[in-house]
Amino acid sequence: MKTVTAARITEAVRGLAIAAAHDLEPDILDALVAARDRETSPLARNVLELLMRNADIASRDEIPLCQDTGICTVFVTLGQEVHIAGDLGAAIQEGVRQGYEEGFLRKSVCDVMTRNNTGTNLPAVIHVELEPGERCRLRFLPKGCGSENMSGLKMLPPAAGIPGAVDYIVETVVNAGPNPCPPLVVGVGIGGNFEKAALMAKKVLLRPLGRPSEREDVARLEEQLLTRMNREGRGVLGLGGCNTVLAVHVDTFPTHIASLPVAVNIQCHSHRHKEVDL
Amino acid sequence: MSLLRAPSAFAADFKELALPFADGVVASLRAGDLVYLSGTLYTGRDQTHRRLCALLDQGKDLPVDLAGQLLYYVGPSPARPGRVIGAVGPTTSYRMDSYTPRLLDLGLLATMGKGARSLPVREAMQRHGAIYLAAFGGAGAFLSRCVLSVELVAFADAGPEAMFRFEVLNFPAVVINDVAGRDFYEQIGTGDTPS
Repeated sequence: MKTVTAARITEAVRGLAIAAAHDLEPDILDALVAARDRETSPLARNVLELLMRNADIASRDEIPLCQDTGICTVFVTLGQEVHIAGDLGAAIQEGVRQGYEEGFLRKSVCDVMTRNNTGTNLPAVIHVELEPGERCRLRFLPKGCGSENMSGLKMLPPAAGIPGAVDYIVETVVNAGPNPCPPLVVGVGIGGNFEKAALMAKKVLLRPLGRPSEREDVARLEEQLLTRMNREGRGVLGLGGCNTVLAVHVDTFPTHIASLPVAVNIQCHSHRHKEVDL
Repeated sequence: MSLLRAPSAFAADFKELALPFADGVVASLRAGDLVYLSGTLYTGRDQTHRRLCALLDQGKDLPVDLAGQLLYYVGPSPARPGRVIGAVGPTTSYRMDSYTPRLLDLGLLATMGKGARSLPVREAMQRHGAIYLAAFGGAGAFLSRCVLSVELVAFADAGPEAMFRFEVLNFPAVVINDVAGRDFYEQIGTGDTPS
């Protein structure tokens, strides 16, 4: 049995929040460089270089990469042999509060009825998954809503099949146009039920960029989606070129015989994510 | 940090423009023009728009005269001590669409954000000889360096959604909708037809 204190969780989340806002992970930085190298439009190439320079300034001068420092999702993978000394949920929320206050990050969360800003960026959205063992992993995904607002979910009839799902996914991305700040990372959940599809679409954003699905047919689907989106899309920030999408990640789950849920979670080029094992 | 250093990320030619725009400048711009803006602009996003229009509904004066001005859709992140402002990239403009024609009626000359505008906004812009520009989305840290000073104008309790006045220097943007009704996003080809 391993013990992790609430104080340690708070401190870790505080650090993840501040780091995520300022420092892109190597996977997204590499993807932007690769996009720049294959870009055909001079303007789009210039914009990609601007985005790299933005990442450099953000990291060096501790200015957030984007003013929309997001609403926070925290995925907790909790080993069954781990004892949390204290209140896990409260510890995470406190870490977000401290990180956003002390890191000079924007508080972007409001009451949905009154639209009054909560002033703390709380609450964060927390998902806890149990597993055997002693791991306590926190994965932090703050997400701006320029991209989140362009996401979608559709309950397709089974007759639509995977081709119908592909059309819906591509349409969702292409119709989003410049709004979600392409080049995008696109998370897709196919199957399960209503909420499972949405959760898969979000969680699969955290797969390291460029690593294909372990399922061969799903990996082929990811390739197909990427090619179509970059052919039909309007490029970097909608200003042209061949880089509308940097990566498509698809996760699947068995579904009901009457159902074909498809969820598309759109992520902007400022793909901020951090994780830590405690 | 060299705050005054002009951005040089672009090899392309930019038109250097003063804000507020001098007579005739707005009409001379074309969709697709790259511009560096220097001078005074106002900011506002969802809450500021809601409140501006509520004031108009009540027959009250707005906190500033928007005639001839540029309104930038941004909710900045807070300034660290000793800094002018945090990140200041654009927010998505369509959320302002339902309010924008009323502000154009008051003489607002330009709006700036990211993403396409609705047909009613585009028609109102043409009616009033106004333009819409896109700032570079997700470049908030870079754009922070283009802001020389920030002053609160109204709606302080809205936090990041308050209305501010910015002094900017060489703030880069691209003209999306010009006074002739052209739309640069529509002129852009898809990925397999390089523009």
